[in-house]
Amino acid sequence: MSIQNRESFLNNVADQLGRKRRSKGVTRPQYSVEPQWRVFEGATQDELVDKLEDQCRVIHTHFKRSTMDTLTEVISQSIEENDGHAVVAADDQRNDEYGLTSFYENLHDEGVAFHLWDPSSGRENVHFAERADVGITFSDVTLAESGTVTLFNHQGNGRSISLLPRTYIAIIPKSTLVPRMSQAVRHIHKAHADGVDVSSCVSFITGPSNSADIEMNLIVGVHGPVKATYIVVEDM
Amino acid sequence: MGIKIGNAPFRDRVQEGIENDFMRGAVSSAQGRFRSGRLKAAEELGDWEDWRTLGEEIRSHTLQNLDFYLEQLSEQVSKRGGKVFFAQTAEEANEYIQNVVKKKEAKKIVKSKSMVTEEIGLNETLERAGAEVVETDLGEWILQMDEDPPSHIVTPALHKNKEQIRETFASKKGYKNSDLPEELATFAREQLRKEFLSADVGITGCNFAVAESGAVTFVTNEGNARLVTALPETQISVMGMERLVPTWEELDVMVSLLTRAAVGQKLTSYVTSITGTKQEDEVDGPEDYHLVIVDNGRSRILGTEFQSALHCIRCAACINVCPVYRHVGGHSYGSVYPGPIGAVLTPLLDGYEDHKDLPYASTLCAACTEACPVKIPLHEHLVRHREIIVEKEKKSPKSERMMMDGFAKWGSHPAAYKLSTKMARKALKPWTKDDVIQDGPGPLKGWTDVRDFPAPSEQTFRAWFKTRQKGGRS
Repeated sequence: MSIQNRESFLNNVADQLGRKRRSKGVTRPQYSVEPQWRVFEGATQDELVDKLEDQCRVIHTHFKRSTMDTLTEVISQSIEENDGHAVVAADDQRNDEYGLTSFYENLHDEGVAFHLWDPSSGRENVHFAERADVGITFSDVTLAESGTVTLFNHQGNGRSISLLPRTYIAIIPKSTLVPRMSQAVRHIHKAHADGVDVSSCVSFITGPSNSADIEMNLIVGVHGPVKATYIVVEDM
Repeated sequence: MGIKIGNAPFRDRVQEGIENDFMRGAVSSAQGRFRSGRLKAAEELGDWEDWRTLGEEIRSHTLQNLDFYLEQLSEQVSKRGGKVFFAQTAEEANEYIQNVVKKKEAKKIVKSKSMVTEEIGLNETLERAGAEVVETDLGEWILQMDEDPPSHIVTPALHKNKEQIRETFASKKGYKNSDLPEELATFAREQLRKEFLSADVGITGCNFAVAESGAVTFVTNEGNARLVTALPETQISVMGMERLVPTWEELDVMVSLLTRAAVGQKLTSYVTSITGTKQEDEVDGPEDYHLVIVDNGRSRILGTEFQSALHCIRCAACINVCPVYRHVGGHSYGSVYPGPIGAVLTPLLDGYEDHKDLPYASTLCAACTEACPVKIPLHEHLVRHREIIVEKEKKSPKSERMMMDGFAKWGSHPAAYKLSTKMARKALKPWTKDDVIQDGPGPLKGWTDVRDFPAPSEQTFRAWFKTRQKGGRS
């Protein structure tokens, strides 16, 4: 009984459309225009980084650059700037590659409480994230046009990390940059067609949370993070 | 509450709107900002007309094949551990959701902003069942405390000022700080965080579902939809049955149009797509996921000349350019869907009887049609509604019908027309002062109540034209 009332509901829809029920054989039409592919067409990776930097000013986000060698230094600085006494980070396979595993281990010595997301400790992860000042994740795909990091949340990258702490820090490998959302969703669309299950939560995150619900005044920082920092890493 | 808000007659609602100076100021400044934001975003993007064309093609294809895509969506959601309920009516949807809540013995429910749940009156149903329902969108939270309906589909509390909001926070929640928007928002963050963490069930609407993979997408700025879908163990998404796209690729186009047309942003802070229940070993996200797909009158619109009204993506661009909305505000429409799209959609979903005035709440200037990111011919739909109201439904006032009959007779007799244009100035003399009429008789009264009417000229146009042809210049 995981689907209820479907037949009568959809038969009625078909009736109203004045034809027989369609259960297969529908393909997408060739659309007459496709303007989405013209945005930043042919831009180099460096040009996309510049576009991202420009957009960060619009979305109230701190933008930083680093190399593989200076990354931990830049993260450390960002934690300090944001009064990070408690930090939660995603358990990402890139942590080793980018030298973050040992960096995170050493945070304790500097008086920072650190928690690496760990499914085996269950709800405790969420409680830590709720008390944390800073949450850190990698970006899986980065959209230059809108200044958006895309997260395919998974067991090591809980939804709460980029959501509950006051400050969110995204580590953005330069190679993850694409012009806009079109490239990111094409990737998801193709992976799905190849039989790869899409992540249970895909988060497109563009800077800190905000609202204009009180007299149309822009308030930065409502339910999600109040501040955001993006660190672009030269990985190419 | 349902789609219809209140029982006051249309004229009284409009009068109340017009007399609310704060609301009118807020609406006109908001309209200006939304409008310039949309235009700027469209210009920055480039090829805006191509984007609109693409948006229209996607919506049109989806609606033409709605049964196919809904079936695909339900299969995919079910495959990913979700339960799907198709609800023909508001009652069916409410009953199903109420049963889920009861089964969970849920005491607290957190909600993110959703127009369809306003439309079906879900909150009242759940409260009657003994659950506490907390709206978590900042604007909706304010309105909920004041038991006030939304007046705009994107910024629902547009009609309230910050002093009123401060007072509401103080009297209902013991707030002690100033009316600075930042302080008010910080207070809301603290208060609502507790609610998110202690809620048993989360309820959201749905901006777009993706048929190919079963992802349900929320477009927000505050982050409340993320919290609602990340923290409670049970999650219910409620969607109007037309709110879906074939694949992820169309999702991109529709979201790009929505965020620009609604608020002039390239993307909102959060675009979140969730698919079914959380995966094994995932810590946050729902264990139990329900998708409720609501018809509630929508299927009656399919296959009719109004089908394109179902293309609407609820961006409010039409509302933000409407000169009538600007003056009367959202509550005047008496519907959870105000503005031009509300005037088109409300009579279709809820019948002409209670909403026959709405198609007349338009100047037919077509600014709405021009603003619509999916090219719904809104003003043409409004004209068609008027024709139906007059010709088929016979719902125009009797006095108007008599007047129109008289007009037809009078207008088809040249002698009668000529005589009366000649007589008009004399006939209106008793009401004329300094060549204007300030308090006109009969049908003129509606006009002169709000502005002066110029007295008919001494010389008729026809008389003037005759002399001009003979070489006169006056």
